[in-house]
Amino acid sequence: MSAVHGYRKPLIRRDRTFEFLIPQYVDDLDLSHGTALYLEDISVNFDGFQAIKDLNFYVNTGELRCLIGPNGAGKTTLMDIVTGKTRPDTGSAWFGQRINLLRMDEAEIAQAGIGRKFQKPSVFENLSVFDNLELSMTGTRSVWGTFRAKMNRQTVERIEAMAETINLTDQLNRVAGLLSHGQKQWLEIGMLIMQNPILLLVDEPAAGMTHQEMDKTVELLRSLAGERAVVVVEHDMEFVRALQAPVTVLHQGSVLAEGTMDDIQNNSNVMRVYLGTESTT
Amino acid sequence: MRTGKSRLSSLLFISAVVTLLVSVTTFNQLPADHDLHVGNFMVSLLGKYLTYAILAVAVDLVWGYLGILSLGHAAFFALGGYAMGMYLMRQIGDRGVYGNPDLPDFMVFLNWTELPWYWSGFDSFAFTALAILLIPGLLAFVFGWFAFRSRVNGVYLSIITQALTYALMLAFFRNEMGFGGNNGLTDFKDILGFDLRSDQVRLGLFIASGVALIIVYLLCDSLLRSRLGKVAIAIRDAEDRTRFLGYRVERVKLTLFTLSAMIAGLAGALYVPQVGIINPGEFSPLNSIEVVVWVAIGGRGTLYGAVIGAMGVNYAKTWFTGAYPEAWLFALGLLFVLVTLALPKGIAGLHLFKSRNKPTGKMEPKT
Amino acid sequence: MTLRTAIVSIAALYLLISHQHVQAEVKTGINELDPLFEAFYEGRGDRRTEALDALAALRPPATPIDTQPDARELLQGILDGDLMFHKPSSTIVWAIKDGREFIMTSLDRTTNLGRDSSRKVKRLKLNNSIRAYLRQLIAALGLYSDNPTERLVAIEALIDKPESIEQKTLDELLLNEQDDAVMIALQSLSTRKQLGSADPLERLAAVTVLRTDLSSESRAAIVRIESRDDDENVRKAAQAIRLYHEKQVNLFGWAETLFFGLSLGSVLVLAAIGLAISFGVMGVINMAHGELIMLGAYCSWAMQQLMPQSIAAALLLSIPVAFLLTGLVGIIIERSVIRFLYGRPLETLLATFGISLILQQMVRTFVSPQNVPVANPEFMSGVLQINGVFSLTLNRLYILAFCLIVFAALVALLKYSRFGLEVRAVSQNRSMARAMGVRSARIDSLTFGLGAGIAGIAGVALSQLTNVGPNLGQAYIVDSFMVVVFGGVGNLWGTLISGMTLGIANKLMEPWAGAILAKILVLVFLIMFIQKRPRGLFPQRGRAVEG
Repeated sequence: MSAVHGYRKPLIRRDRTFEFLIPQYVDDLDLSHGTALYLEDISVNFDGFQAIKDLNFYVNTGELRCLIGPNGAGKTTLMDIVTGKTRPDTGSAWFGQRINLLRMDEAEIAQAGIGRKFQKPSVFENLSVFDNLELSMTGTRSVWGTFRAKMNRQTVERIEAMAETINLTDQLNRVAGLLSHGQKQWLEIGMLIMQNPILLLVDEPAAGMTHQEMDKTVELLRSLAGERAVVVVEHDMEFVRALQAPVTVLHQGSVLAEGTMDDIQNNSNVMRVYLGTESTT
Repeated sequence: MRTGKSRLSSLLFISAVVTLLVSVTTFNQLPADHDLHVGNFMVSLLGKYLTYAILAVAVDLVWGYLGILSLGHAAFFALGGYAMGMYLMRQIGDRGVYGNPDLPDFMVFLNWTELPWYWSGFDSFAFTALAILLIPGLLAFVFGWFAFRSRVNGVYLSIITQALTYALMLAFFRNEMGFGGNNGLTDFKDILGFDLRSDQVRLGLFIASGVALIIVYLLCDSLLRSRLGKVAIAIRDAEDRTRFLGYRVERVKLTLFTLSAMIAGLAGALYVPQVGIINPGEFSPLNSIEVVVWVAIGGRGTLYGAVIGAMGVNYAKTWFTGAYPEAWLFALGLLFVLVTLALPKGIAGLHLFKSRNKPTGKMEPKT
Repeated sequence: MTLRTAIVSIAALYLLISHQHVQAEVKTGINELDPLFEAFYEGRGDRRTEALDALAALRPPATPIDTQPDARELLQGILDGDLMFHKPSSTIVWAIKDGREFIMTSLDRTTNLGRDSSRKVKRLKLNNSIRAYLRQLIAALGLYSDNPTERLVAIEALIDKPESIEQKTLDELLLNEQDDAVMIALQSLSTRKQLGSADPLERLAAVTVLRTDLSSESRAAIVRIESRDDDENVRKAAQAIRLYHEKQVNLFGWAETLFFGLSLGSVLVLAAIGLAISFGVMGVINMAHGELIMLGAYCSWAMQQLMPQSIAAALLLSIPVAFLLTGLVGIIIERSVIRFLYGRPLETLLATFGISLILQQMVRTFVSPQNVPVANPEFMSGVLQINGVFSLTLNRLYILAFCLIVFAALVALLKYSRFGLEVRAVSQNRSMARAMGVRSARIDSLTFGLGAGIAGIAGVALSQLTNVGPNLGQAYIVDSFMVVVFGGVGNLWGTLISGMTLGIANKLMEPWAGAILAKILVLVFLIMFIQKRPRGLFPQRGRAVEG
């Protein structure tokens, strides 16, 4: 992967086929190489501000990965790119081997199997907890389909089981806007799981949680990995350590370091970024 | 759960409308000097209010449940009205002032020699009935197709819907358009072979409006009770989140917006024979905003609230313009301000559901 | 002057001598004039025209004591029929009809000659050729007037019949003329005269001179020469010049369209710029903006009512008055309604729409439901003539300039003042600005007041262009929003460019589409444009706006 090529694409490259020959959208996800997400040579520029610069980032299937970095390192932008909210200026983003994320919009990406939890808990405040979970459940997404959708015993049971998991059984008929901050976080995680995604992007799940809640969240996230790939963005180092997962450090839009939590903590580059400028150390 | 409550409220609503229809019909049959007699003028007036109520339901469907503040619904209403007006013009036949069997009077007046192509077909009621739904629907579909796909949202969308109705108003003012220019379409005689001026036909139109309101209400209610209705509310409150769940937000918006436009067209078509005229003034941006105020006052996000708002405000308007014509705009203006400041959930929010419905935090997604 | 004097004196002398022996039957009260009027009254054919020539040659009164009447006045009197022959006294008199009688005054207007029945008073005979001759003489006399405007009128009267003026007279006039405008007119007259010359070379020279003259007379003359002149060279030269003229006319046609477009654009920018502040900087949808413009226009009317004798001063004064008044109204609106609705743009839209209805009805109730008259002061009316086919109306020119001044002042205010700094800070990051000690609530009020005040100024400008009435604002609100949205919200330069672009686009389409269709097309274009680029021509980009 040469980082040489800039904005202008060469007419012919041996390692690439023509743009129009790249399949638009392939329904079946191919994870046979064991990698769920490929981000290569990604750059994003917001009006002169280089949010992401030549970023390469890979996530294996079933892996639990932590993403840390100071403010403005590009963590949220990276998630925006994967979920289709932001289009990179250059680079490529693939989900499995066959799905080109840059050709899809948010809804298609979500349907393909990528779920996202936002930094600010974002649930549907005017709908009940039950409705929130119902809407997230896998199943039809078409207009006519949702109009005709019927609840059956099984789906109700699924929703109730999820409510149990996220500790919201007695809140099932309450309007989501009335939940506490932590409960909203849980609801959102529940919604995410109801989507049954292959890849989960979880942005700051621990914010506003008590210690007990945090422990439970760690447990939940760890149990999710294996079956699904999970990427967690978090500022709370205790939480990250508790996850016991490989850590990627972003700084000024590029990967600064990758490794276990211990490796990272002893990495001089990381210390410089987190603790101060070069001159002071 | 919500479903039960919703069923109850629609049952209540339907019985209220049926009661209105039955009692007005009965009291209309009483001799004119009877104390309870309802005059024909009142019947037409109530019929007009009912068509306004249908229009309000259409606006509430997209604003109250989907968060699209359309300032152009009068355009769909007027288009439905014009379609009906064209049918009624064709029914005049050679009874016009100029006695031309093929051309409406205003075309003779403009020295046109033949009927424009887009007028053909409007002598058939079936074709007209289709056009009443399809023309506003098509406009809404094309407009929404572009607007929603490019994610025009919030106030921007409101402003361009207003520009849309404004442009249509200017267009329909032109004589060259072939819709009667300034004067619009009027002097109607018959509908389906019945004399429009007869009392029975007026009563019939009133009942038809009431029945249409019930049908539209039931249609919208079933739609909103389905999962689609929940998706709509989800889009209203957190559009991005809905998208990240895999819903095609623009398709939901497009479907409901188009449906809403068709309902507005139906309302316009019922309105025109009862007032006897349709002119470009119906496209005026003020009309669209007035509808929004009916819904806001009645309570958006509840279908019956929209109906209460439409009937109530229009009754007040009739009363005010009779008693204190100067004061009406003051009153309407104050209503706008007070409702948004003091009564964000409208009349419907005053008593019902108060305990259950969530904090009045932010109602609209930020734009 | 000497030559002319000589000729005329000789003519007069001749007439005097030749009629001395005949007993004067026509009296005028001025001996010198008797034979002239007698010749005119009694004679026929050439004698009459000679008499008129002699009359025309009379010098204007040399001293105030000299009561000899002005020749031009006399000739005009003959032409208009105000000079009549009183039969009983055989006198030429000034006669004014009064019922069935005429009131008579002596020729020098010094003596009242009483009244007599209309049967006793006779008109001086005139026919069409005499009338034409009289007009020519009167016009020619105007050439010597002291008033440049009168000279100009006289020259213009001659432009279609340059043969009726002597080359020598013309040369003499050219030599003595001081006034520039008159000089130009004289030169063009001289050119036109040259065109009639028998010498092809002279005609060629004249044709060449006409190249720079785009007036319709000049262009018509060239076309005539191209088709009729005997000399081939002259025809060819005329043809080349005609083609050049056509190109120029076309070019200036475009220039005129451009000017009209800029003029319309300046109106749009003025109307929209206040909105660009409240909508762009604060994110507030102010549907009452149009009504604030209307209030500004009424300020201009009210000031004129207060100072009816000096409307120019009233207009200038109404600019600050309107700014302060509508600004105050804006602040009241912000304090009483809008501040409760921040972050809820759709509710703001509805509430301000309600306010717009109230303001409209207030004007209807307390002023008048009809339009009110606003006068244009002298300096606003008039035309700046660039050439024969291109002229700029001064009122539009002033408003264009005014728009640019307001715009520049606003940009400077936002860019260089402390207030502007705080406004920008609040609009970019409210909580951070507050943390830095900016009183954001106060800034909100002032910003909204500023937007409203500028709407008021726009109203003053509009009062000079359109009817002032309660509906004035409604006509501009949709357009203003379109301008702001097209230009890109939060970008004043975008508003300027988009307003001017829309104005020009509108005027470009008008010739083939008509005014209304052009407007519709612009609206349709805008609707499509916004869908393609929802953030306008010059969007603000970056992470801040994504949220």
